[in-house]
Amino acid sequence: MDIFLQQIINGLTLGSVYAIVALGYTMVYGIIQLINFAHGELVMIGAMVAFTVIGALADTALPPVLIVFAGILAAVPACMLVGYAMERVAYRPLRGAPRLAPLITAIGISIILQHLAMLIWSRNPLAFPQIIPLVRFYIGGAIITGVQIAIILASVLMMGALTLMVYRTKLGIAMRATSQNPQVAGLMGIDINRIISFTFIVGAGLAAVAGVMVGTYYGIAHYSMGALLGMKAFSAAVLGGIGNLAGAMLGGILLGVVEALGAGYIGDLTNNVFGSNYQDVFAFLVLIAVLVFRPSGLLGERVGDRA
Amino acid sequence: MNIFAHPRAKWVGFALIAIALIGLPFALASAGTAWVRIANLAILFTFLSLGLNIVVGFAGLLDLGYIAFYGVGAYVYALLASPHFDLHLPFWVILPIGALVACLFGVLLGAPTLKLRGDYLAIVTLGFGEIVRIFLNNLSQPINITNGPQGISRIDPFSFGSFSFSQNEIILGIDFSGPIKYYYILLVILLLAIVVNLRLQHSRIGRAWEAIREDETAARAMGIDTTRIKLLAFAMGASFGGVAGGMFAAIQGFISPESFVLVESIMVLSMVVLGGMGNVWGVVLGAVLLSFVPELLRYTVEPLQKSLFGRSIIEPEVIRMLLFGLALVLMMLYRPAGLLPSAIRKRELAKTDK
Repeated sequence: MDIFLQQIINGLTLGSVYAIVALGYTMVYGIIQLINFAHGELVMIGAMVAFTVIGALADTALPPVLIVFAGILAAVPACMLVGYAMERVAYRPLRGAPRLAPLITAIGISIILQHLAMLIWSRNPLAFPQIIPLVRFYIGGAIITGVQIAIILASVLMMGALTLMVYRTKLGIAMRATSQNPQVAGLMGIDINRIISFTFIVGAGLAAVAGVMVGTYYGIAHYSMGALLGMKAFSAAVLGGIGNLAGAMLGGILLGVVEALGAGYIGDLTNNVFGSNYQDVFAFLVLIAVLVFRPSGLLGERVGDRA
Repeated sequence: MNIFAHPRAKWVGFALIAIALIGLPFALASAGTAWVRIANLAILFTFLSLGLNIVVGFAGLLDLGYIAFYGVGAYVYALLASPHFDLHLPFWVILPIGALVACLFGVLLGAPTLKLRGDYLAIVTLGFGEIVRIFLNNLSQPINITNGPQGISRIDPFSFGSFSFSQNEIILGIDFSGPIKYYYILLVILLLAIVVNLRLQHSRIGRAWEAIREDETAARAMGIDTTRIKLLAFAMGASFGGVAGGMFAAIQGFISPESFVLVESIMVLSMVVLGGMGNVWGVVLGAVLLSFVPELLRYTVEPLQKSLFGRSIIEPEVIRMLLFGLALVLMMLYRPAGLLPSAIRKRELAKTDK
């Protein structure tokens, strides 16, 4: 088996999930310069809601694809609602406040959502029902599963749709205007509050789908799954250049690949002093390295003057 | 009218507080030794909050990986005073070493990252906390340093020669249990920390931190070496964490990476935020409140739920965390300066009136 190719495939799969989550961070950051720490929790809620629906439908005779689709259909509005409420309750009142304030509420919201989820779904992980038949394809000595293909395809589709929306629709123009200069955008007749709410809602919808994808990939969903995933996705957003859509996509995929290759080869490289149990370290090392050497990220610009 | 205005009233007040603090462990012990332990942990968390307050409160740098320094301090203590490496150094030697090592880690983290703006710093420190935890979890191979997830047990308690802080002892006819003895030494260390913090706050460095917090560009223009001063805040906060970690290891006698997770960092942050960032007495109040209230709830809500519904619906741990989360959100929304600052400011104004 070709380990290199296999790790690339695994990395691309996880990377596209990171990219989708990173888009949520980067859009919110681009528009109100806030790191939404609670964004990872939206991914978790998406996975939990979808798993509940999928679990309830698992015994019916519906085709598996339809069941998963129903799960996504339930998760997306649920997350959008939470995302909207989050912005209204915790961030909007603090828009003029010092930077530290919304950051701290974001952490509070994250903790609250995590433990509410624990109340609703209990401490134990939810398992993904075995409804999807395992499909495997062999390419050049590596294996790619049907789920992996679906995840990568869905991510590409969503990224394409988002890009179209941001660059081709009126709403997208309003979003970009708001992110460039909220005051002037307001003077041009754009309802800033509506655009910001909308940004959160879109990000939350993406997070919901990402939650379903990562849950299906690993086969479980858990009340605390959002925190680590969120941090990694944020690292991806920074890697690509925060506030930059293409950057988030590139950063996510790169980070996924770096992580997979790192986990695959660290044992050989360090003579088994470090093993693949250090996988989670890579995202943070990448984050710190980027912030130290190129704080504006790979594709980012103009971050310097915001400092 | 301000009763604190009268000079003698102030000393009477101090005396009353001192008596209350000295008598407290015996009062708590009558409700159960568990409460004395809770008081000890409260002191520990107050100490920890004071350390974080230097970073978040004084210098305005959001550190979300603070618990890593606590962990480093705890592991330094555990490694130097347990059968793990068969080293048994006395605690007054280890605590300074722990402070120093934690301080080094603080500089290690701070040096490359302090050029960053606030919210980036928050994420990086958060990542740093995770990295430290992952290493603690995995450094059992190839050389067993941290003993992995099992943690290190049978850690030596504090002791002066044959006087050990973990055993019962009858002095002058009064029964001092282990936790009560710890209470007093922790209290002394905490008081020292409070004095250091108060002195720091009004020192040249403290004023430099405040200037940076309010406006970094202006502070630099005034000739403050901002990077160095921020690094100093990081290092000092970290050494506080290191000392607290050492005390924690000694009291518990057992540590594992489980005690140094992100949630703990957020707990300490909630204490600082609730009481009032940058205000020493506020932070003390916040830490004491958030240490005791969840425990009180644990002992009241749990039986209440059992009697009402026949079973426990909401675990006390969940209530605790929800409380911390709510504290963060509600304080930021409605009282961003914390519970105490206005009262303090009033008192300061009263002083200048004289």
